[in-house]
Amino acid sequence: MAIRRGRGVAAINYPTGMNLGGDPTQALVHSTPTGNFMVTLSSVDLGQGMKQIMAQICAETIGVPTDRVVVDTADTDTGPHCMGTFASRGTHRAGNAVIQAAREARQVMLEVAAEELEVNASDLETDGQGNIIVKGAPQKSISIFDVALSAHFKRGRSISGRGMFLIPRSYPEKETGAMKPSTCYAHACTVAEVEVDDETGEVTVLTVKNVFEIGRALNPKMVEQQLVGGSWMGISHALYETTEPYYPSRDHGGTDFNQYLMPGPGDLAKTEIIVLERPSADGPYGAKGPGEMCANPQIPAVANAIFDAVGVRIDTLPITPERILRALKAHAPN
Amino acid sequence: MAKVPVQFTLNGSEKAEFIDSGTTLLHALRDKIGDTSPKGGCHQGTCGACSIIIDGELRLSCLTLAETCNGADVRTTAGLSEGGGLHPLQRAFLDAFATQCGFCTPGMIMAAKVLLDHTPNPSREEVVEALSGNICRCTGYEPIIQAVLTAARSNSQNVA
Repeated sequence: MAIRRGRGVAAINYPTGMNLGGDPTQALVHSTPTGNFMVTLSSVDLGQGMKQIMAQICAETIGVPTDRVVVDTADTDTGPHCMGTFASRGTHRAGNAVIQAAREARQVMLEVAAEELEVNASDLETDGQGNIIVKGAPQKSISIFDVALSAHFKRGRSISGRGMFLIPRSYPEKETGAMKPSTCYAHACTVAEVEVDDETGEVTVLTVKNVFEIGRALNPKMVEQQLVGGSWMGISHALYETTEPYYPSRDHGGTDFNQYLMPGPGDLAKTEIIVLERPSADGPYGAKGPGEMCANPQIPAVANAIFDAVGVRIDTLPITPERILRALKAHAPN
Repeated sequence: MAKVPVQFTLNGSEKAEFIDSGTTLLHALRDKIGDTSPKGGCHQGTCGACSIIIDGELRLSCLTLAETCNGADVRTTAGLSEGGGLHPLQRAFLDAFATQCGFCTPGMIMAAKVLLDHTPNPSREEVVEALSGNICRCTGYEPIIQAVLTAARSNSQNVA
């Protein structure tokens, strides 16, 4: 009986969103009379930072500072349609919809500014600081505040835009079964080091080293935050989480979240995160989906590390001490 | 049932309420007094989201009866900032991206404050121990641990 050490590696190829019916998300963008911009969505911010990212995307597209954009995700009864925040789809789907809506709003904004400045709208550009200027003649400019006032009170224009993301539904080919389930894939690779006590079946994850390829990181600190939390969640899936921990009788199962196991602050593996940015072709400013994706590679990596340590393959999650001991017993010479 | 009077200071100001006997302090704070900074997670003392400070000690407000707090000095996250500025712990949590959905954050900050009040320069192990009664579902804990260590360093720099 001994503490045995093992190392496992796993790599994943993870679709952003899904393609069962087009995976739609819609967005509306409009300016207030003061030239702030409102993004209306039904997509939910779970704490991962969707509002911040959508504000950045809208601001970048229209050409205003991020703090001039307000994002409202309040109500699925009244907001534009969204399939939801899951499958790593929020940034990619809603982001594409916001870009389309913001482009339309920007066009109206430039048209109103063109009338005010008595120039052609195609000769105008934004300075990113809240002004619209004539290309090559920056002394001729108008603030977006004044453009909004003009649109609302003088010209009767609505500086607004509609956007949506929709991909054609992909059906499998009859002969081969081939289909295109997604248009955008993120990638990750994890190396996990574990110690397994072959007397008690307990696993300690010593280190996890993760490399994530997630397209362009639109907000690097928030991406890192997602990936650190996601890496921990992956280990939690691998070793802890289940609604039925007390096999075999369901009557002995947990009754609420207080009996739902997760690793606490004392159970953390030394975690390393490396981000590779390879912009996607169809993502908003090159982004892919880092959310759900980032909690996956740790699971097979830990399972492989356990196999490396004690020579048993566990294919049921979570990999509890009991499952390891049963596998070791079944694996024993006699 | 007859109401019971309860009187204590909350973040330095006097509070007095009539409550039903058996009301938890969490319920009294959130639904009677209007301080919603302590969160109701499990309501049975497991998750730590309702953590507050009573007379300098970390307590679970979901397991504390309000009527036992007469004359007590009650502190919540809502009272941490002074003069509009963030408390060093709040600043450190922001800077370290130590919060995502935010539900555990007030309890985490209260637990960290009691630690730093007693142990201004804690080791990582002491921080882990101090946070071990608080559950977080989002961050993986490491950013929270780093935030508390950062706040401790900034505190000691201010003193020096």
